[in-house]
Amino acid sequence: MVQSTFGSVELDFTSKLFMKITDQQLSEHGLEPQSQGKVLLIACGALAREILAVIKANGWTHIDLQCLPAIYHNKPEKITPEVRKTINKHQKSYSNIFIVYADCGTGGDLKRLCDEMGVEMIEGPHCYSFFEGNEVFEMREEITCFYLTDFLVRQFDAFFWRPMGLDRHPELRNMYFGNYTTLVYQAQIKDHALETIAEDCARRMGLDYEYRFTGYGDLEVALDKFSTNA
Amino acid sequence: MSDQDDDIVLSELNDEDLVAQMFDDLYDGLKEEIEEGVNILLGRDWAPYRVLTEALVGGMTIVGNDFRDGILFVPEVLLAANAMKGGMAILKPLLIATGAPRVGKMVIGTVKGDIHDIGKNLVGMMMEGAGFEIVDLGINNSVDAYLEAIDREQPDLLGMSALLTTTMPYMKVVIDTMIEKGIRDDYTILVGGAPLNEEFGKAIGADAYCRDAAVAVETAKEFMARKHNQMATNA
Repeated sequence: MVQSTFGSVELDFTSKLFMKITDQQLSEHGLEPQSQGKVLLIACGALAREILAVIKANGWTHIDLQCLPAIYHNKPEKITPEVRKTINKHQKSYSNIFIVYADCGTGGDLKRLCDEMGVEMIEGPHCYSFFEGNEVFEMREEITCFYLTDFLVRQFDAFFWRPMGLDRHPELRNMYFGNYTTLVYQAQIKDHALETIAEDCARRMGLDYEYRFTGYGDLEVALDKFSTNA
Repeated sequence: MSDQDDDIVLSELNDEDLVAQMFDDLYDGLKEEIEEGVNILLGRDWAPYRVLTEALVGGMTIVGNDFRDGILFVPEVLLAANAMKGGMAILKPLLIATGAPRVGKMVIGTVKGDIHDIGKNLVGMMMEGAGFEIVDLGINNSVDAYLEAIDREQPDLLGMSALLTTTMPYMKVVIDTMIEKGIRDDYTILVGGAPLNEEFGKAIGADAYCRDAAVAVETAKEFMARKHNQMATNA
């Protein structure tokens, strides 16, 4: 059993709920709501496993999760219009909606949309920040660090290596990463296999490697607040 | 490139065919072939400026157009840029020595907190190809770094680049500081970077937002022409 500590609750990552979702599905298609709760989370597919883990650990049966394709990470201009569509689609079916995207490269567009549509969103510039805790992340001022989360470690080739053409043209590596110094793996769960992969990613990128266990950080806090107020 | 291209001997091509082949080689990011082509044209008494504009800039313009139209993607553009860089390295000292025409001067840099420079480097290279003198400040530039460079270099244009939504607001800090110091209108300010748009450029008080390197070059040329015309009118 693969386990992680969430608060005082141990999470079972081998349960049916987790096993039947593939990373490819989350990357390309996202995730449809699994049940009929009364409130809805609209989130990035890259956060699906983490959010489901928190929901399960807390027994929040009143919360449903809809994820948009995680690959929007590489096309942030798609995020705001797709979130708008999803809110419109579900607004009548749920009493409350919470957006589990940070700014994520939308340049404030997503916040403006949320204000316009009367929904709340998680705070922070991106998931690297809220996983670590927004205050701590801001204080670090690590402008030469490249971050990976659990999902991005697993999807490193699909999200970075191949779209950047590095599988075909490794000579471009320093043009992309020449100004970076360190790959920071922000781990949400303790998984030795992922650590090994992340370290290998750093080697391929020509960067130093740092492991940082974050758990769910401000994600957990924000979901708890939403659940309480929902 | 197809296999048949392996048999092409660049030195045996006439000028027209050689330039056409160099366009293909740039498109395919073949740095060594571009360097060889540049040397052949120079050996045929082409002026360095002519090699630059007709062979290299001409080829990169095709690359830029295909990138804009979604035919080429970032990796291919980077390979082409790398090939052009090889040719430029040969031409640059010769261009200086031969006193090639200079269209204007630009100070360019990525803003504070941002280390991304791929777009900025492309703009700098294409601007150089168009006859601009480029002073590249590199990455992570503070207001002071920009102001010192402006004071030292007295450019016509200031270019600022950012890739992150968290760093692009810093462009406004630079422009506002220039306004405070009463020097804003002495320079044309161009801004660019993936998360920017025209609306943002206007909102922060830049003269123009440039969505890619080709647009940056054309915009810079337009502003230089306007400046030239104004000077002629006021003379």
